[in-house]
Amino acid sequence: MKVLVFIEEQGGKLKRSSNEAITAANLLTSSDNITAIALNGDVNNLKTAGKYGAGNVVNLKNDSLKGEAPALAKSISDYAKSNSFDTVLFSADSIGKEVAPRVSVQLEAGYISDCTGIEANGDSITATKPVYAGKAQIKSKINTANKVLSLRPNVFTAKELNDSDAQVEEVSVDESANAVKYTNIAKNEGKLDVAEADIVVSGGRGLKEPENFNLVENLADALGGAVGASRAVVDAGWRPHSEQVGQTGKTVSPSLYVACAISGAVQHLAGMSSSKIIVAINKDSEAPIFKVTDYGIVGDVFEVLPKLTDKIKAHG
Amino acid sequence: MNILVCVSRVPDTAAKIKVSSDNKSLDTAGVKFILNPYDEYALEEAIQLKEKNGGELTVVTVADGSATDILRTALAMGADKAIHIKANQLEKDSYFVAKNISNVAKELNPDIIFLGKQSIDFDSFQMSSMLGGLLDLPSVDVVSQLEYSEGSIKGEKDIEGGKVSFESSLPAIVSVQKGIKDPRYPKLPQIMKAKKKPIEDRDAEETALRTELVEMAIPEKNRAGKILTDSEADINELVRLLHEEAKVI
Ligand SMILES: Cc1cc2nc3c(=O)[nH]c(=O)nc-3n(C[C@H](O)[C@H](O)[C@H](O)COP(=O)(O)OP(=O)(O)OC[C@H]3O[C@@H](n4cnc5c(N)ncnc54)[C@H](O)[C@@H]3O)c2cc1C
Ligand SMILES: Nc1ncnc2c1ncn2[C@@H]1O[C@H](COP(=O)(O)O)[C@@H](O)[C@H]1O
Repeated sequence: MKVLVFIEEQGGKLKRSSNEAITAANLLTSSDNITAIALNGDVNNLKTAGKYGAGNVVNLKNDSLKGEAPALAKSISDYAKSNSFDTVLFSADSIGKEVAPRVSVQLEAGYISDCTGIEANGDSITATKPVYAGKAQIKSKINTANKVLSLRPNVFTAKELNDSDAQVEEVSVDESANAVKYTNIAKNEGKLDVAEADIVVSGGRGLKEPENFNLVENLADALGGAVGASRAVVDAGWRPHSEQVGQTGKTVSPSLYVACAISGAVQHLAGMSSSKIIVAINKDSEAPIFKVTDYGIVGDVFEVLPKLTDKIKAHG
Repeated sequence: MNILVCVSRVPDTAAKIKVSSDNKSLDTAGVKFILNPYDEYALEEAIQLKEKNGGELTVVTVADGSATDILRTALAMGADKAIHIKANQLEKDSYFVAKNISNVAKELNPDIIFLGKQSIDFDSFQMSSMLGGLLDLPSVDVVSQLEYSEGSIKGEKDIEGGKVSFESSLPAIVSVQKGIKDPRYPKLPQIMKAKKKPIEDRDAEETALRTELVEMAIPEKNRAGKILTDSEADINELVRLLHEEAKVI
């Protein structure tokens, strides 16, 4: 098995989900068979892929490309083909989910998206993924010789497997983004996205007024996490859709999810039930959210949130 | 203009999910099926484009021969005709669906193919790019705003923590984000009219399975489920548990 792992940078280092994917590749084969591949990366960041178990790194260079999926997919597929890679891993983030299916077509590979577990049995790979909004999960086997997978962020652990950096080789690509072109990328770098945060504090309709979301924001700040929201408050216009967690919002699996005054409708659970630890604060002890929590507080958010925030701050 | 919208039939979001005795498929007894919510947004965007620019709007689905209900819904919303591709093979994968839709697209030569960003059954999130690969057409996912002008489109797509502005030549494939335009609810006259619109049944082209489902199961819940009160002592206890037991802070 020869594995290519697509990696990205964020905030001056490799994205955590990229490190997770490299570490996960080590579940399939040994690091000398693992190459990390990036687009227009910074060598100083890319070389750190070695620590997470990449044997070497390829930096695809083309100044005109900004991550347009069709051109990026073609560049990755061409590299995989001419260097006989049979398996390509992505993290299931916005770029990965858009690029991976095209790579699978170009490599005539079976593709499984948003995996929460992967396992190699000889030449074949079996992957686990949640379906029906996390109400069930499936195991699927890839039957083709070439294989493509995308891994759900925050599920696989990123582990430093050794302390040596990897060699970074530059490969210039002549692919141009002629059909689809990204003309502007507006990223709010300062703000953590719910889908990427390690801690998420979400608020629901029980907060009564949009202004009261400052209670949620304060707890999120104290924990160093991002703010999420239920659909009820997004539809009411209190919070942007980019913060919505759930079946028609984002899927998150942080290590800590705190649901404040959220009832726990199935569609909300769909987006957060794979979180490692779930805490709920709700005044209704019968609220369905308590069926999926590790720790629940039955109480009024207006009283509990300020106290909890202070205690978290004091805890440091 | 000529528009193709891909729609899928999925269990209602509130459906109770049970696994069949084969341990690899959904027990559909008592499950209500609906038009995939994201596809309603795709349809609405397509219908408004058609209303403005004229042309024909076709919907297509690949299903186990039981999807006329959602096709009627799409026709009532405003599609002109529907193609119902019946899968006779027992198991299917995304490649099989994409291949069959690509066959229809090659025949109709649409200017734009619209899809939802994901189907809420398996949340595969792969049909648009797979079609793009098979048809060698540009594709853009998670589009939250779209403008059309002769021969090209431009708009915005959502990414983590931001937005990307894009332009693309046509023909192109667009998968939409929730909320791009609010889907209409068809009223009785439209529902009646839709009964006369054509639904063409076709047999699917079989493909070898690239991925194969080997097991479906209901995940076990092993959450601590500790319930505390709102007392000072219990809030302190929560902080302790998060630190010492769960080790997340
Ligand atoms: C097709 C479809 C897709 C959907 N997708 C999503 C989705 O992606 N995400 C999503 O979240 N929802 C989604 N929903 C909506 C979902 O069904 C619920 O309506 C929604 O999640 C409810 O939001 P909520 O919990 O904030 O509000 P409510 O259900 O109104 O719950 C408010 C909660 O606050 C508690 N509360 C009130 N006051 C206080 C207080 N002072 N202190 C403590 N607790 C208090 C109440 O006990 C109650 O449990 C979808 C629905 C459909 C049909
Ligand atoms: N069986 C199907 N028939 C037609 N279109 C489909 C089918 N499955 C998925 N789609 C389309 O592809 C989109 C993405 O689905 P998926 O990649 O399966 O998550 C959906 O929103 C539909 O627009």
